[in-house]
Amino acid sequence: MTSIPGATPVVRKTPKAGFDAVFRNASFGAALLVLVLLAGIMASMVIGGWPAFREFGLGFITSSVWDTQNEQYGAWPAIVGTLSTALIALVIGVPLSLGIAVYLTQLAPAWFKKPVATAIELLAAVPSIIYGMWGLFVFVPLFAAYVQIPLSNIVEGMPIVGTVLYSRSPSGLGIFTAGIILAFMIVPFIASITRDMLEQIPSVLRESAYGIGATTWEVVRHVLVPQAGVSIIGAIMLGLGRALGETMAVTFVVGNANRLSASILDPGSTIASRIANEFNEALGLQLNALIALGCILFFVTFVVLVIARLLVARVKRY
Amino acid sequence: MRKILVLAALAAGIAGSAQAADITGAGATFPFPIYSKWAEAYKKETGTGLNYQSIGSGGGIRQIKAKTVAFGATDAPLKGADLTKDGLIQFPSVMGGIVPVVNIAGVEPGKLKLSGDVIAQIYMGDIKKWNDPKIASLNAGVTLPDANINPVYRSDGSGTTFQFTDYLSKVSSDWKSKIGNNTAVQWPVGIGGKGNEGVSASVKQVANSIGYVEYAYAKQNKLSHTLVKNADGNFPAPDDKSFQAAAANANWNEQPGFGISLNNQKGAEAWPITSATFILVHAKPEKPEEVQAALKFFDWAYKSGDKLASELDYVALPANVKDQVRNAWKGVTDPAGKPIF
Repeated sequence: MTSIPGATPVVRKTPKAGFDAVFRNASFGAALLVLVLLAGIMASMVIGGWPAFREFGLGFITSSVWDTQNEQYGAWPAIVGTLSTALIALVIGVPLSLGIAVYLTQLAPAWFKKPVATAIELLAAVPSIIYGMWGLFVFVPLFAAYVQIPLSNIVEGMPIVGTVLYSRSPSGLGIFTAGIILAFMIVPFIASITRDMLEQIPSVLRESAYGIGATTWEVVRHVLVPQAGVSIIGAIMLGLGRALGETMAVTFVVGNANRLSASILDPGSTIASRIANEFNEALGLQLNALIALGCILFFVTFVVLVIARLLVARVKRY
Repeated sequence: MRKILVLAALAAGIAGSAQAADITGAGATFPFPIYSKWAEAYKKETGTGLNYQSIGSGGGIRQIKAKTVAFGATDAPLKGADLTKDGLIQFPSVMGGIVPVVNIAGVEPGKLKLSGDVIAQIYMGDIKKWNDPKIASLNAGVTLPDANINPVYRSDGSGTTFQFTDYLSKVSSDWKSKIGNNTAVQWPVGIGGKGNEGVSASVKQVANSIGYVEYAYAKQNKLSHTLVKNADGNFPAPDDKSFQAAAANANWNEQPGFGISLNNQKGAEAWPITSATFILVHAKPEKPEEVQAALKFFDWAYKSGDKLASELDYVALPANVKDQVRNAWKGVTDPAGKPIF
């Protein structure tokens, strides 16, 4: 070590082994706590829902009957409603979010970027009950008057199309409406995460692509998307997680019918909306059935996350 | 040392006043507006407050069973066997009516006449259009559109649904056997709104819809109510007179804990969908002074609360029923077995 004249040499103290160990154990404890909590939640859901699973067995999942009078409970319409509202939300929300993110990072003029980016972050901060009330009082009447009623008149009696799009009660409330509201709710999440990811891609990558004559579309398609692919899927999965579990907003607009309908414009229910509706007044087996529903939602979300992990692993290989 | 004594005295004072100040109760949402009005007036008069959580009837039953509140409140009365099993005493506090409300262009409030059987068929999906002959025959002179009926129901479990489906079970054997009577049932058609607000918002927005809400709610929100045929074949207007008429002929001692249904009672002026809401207390409470305070509160409400109730479109119990209830309170005893009221 060559000493600089006039400078005091820095003496590094010998690290204390004890503190290191405490730190390691504390952070290990914090990590362990997550697992313990998760196991605890899962266990209490299974125990709470057990009487329902025991009573109905596999029928609890496959049956479409939800009859509190005769104590018959089946989760199928709620599972279908949960998955279909989330799927509709993704189909509408993902292209929108990616479009917003690409536009903001690649195409938008600087003066326009800031207000749009702020607006998106504000949208993410709006509480879900506000989306629900806005949906019920503003969106639903407009949707009924300008989409559902004209559409029902056109498709009535047609094969297949008439089954999927005709609604007997053109009220504006239903599975499809819930999907649209959910799409509005997940766009801010997916868009802002994707935007952050795209912005972090080193500009040298983009510039070299432009340098060899690539168009904007080609840069997005062949440089940006593969680079940010893993994070985009992560963002979509976060959005999907919200769509699957969203409660209040969906309860307002889904129509709350505990039955299956062939039409996506008809009222239905999701697992979360049914729990929100019935939990207050539930007693006995109904309460067990609701907790069992929660258990299924837990399981569905878990499966979705596993699929997401597998997808990410696949994308990473390229 | 002196400081500590002062602090201790202060603490004791706070604890003491908190104990005296708050009667705790939880349950039904339907009577929440009147309970809070009564509580306000009662606090002014006596200094004793009421902390009532409107968490729904089921929650009220759960809470009183768990002994976390001095009284529970429920719209759907408990059966005698359940009362005995849990050592509870049940009594009615106030009554109200449920009215069907509609949104049909050109049909004025109070003009559409329905019978219980027709309402049941609408909610079962058997009557699909407003100009169905079964509806038209009750409504000579009213132009009804050739439009699909959109039935709206309460999606959350509620005492209102319990009473509404109890009424439909009484007037339609089809309803009774196929759908039945509960705080939530398996509705074959229609859309569900959460709470009175959800139902009334849907009825207001959806053309050609029909829903059911508590009368106070329909009146305050200016919803278009219908007339319903009563057991005597008349179509009385829903108001405090017709609700009281429903209670007048009822035999309150028919069921333990006054748990009778006032639906479809006889009487020329009786509104067919009328119900009482109920209070539950333990017959041998662990903390008798809390229950005593609650009973004093309801005694005061029986004596001085009728006017406030009618201002909010609730209906007070008939005087003889109040006396029977006070008599039933004698069954509430402290650990020594002495009646606390």
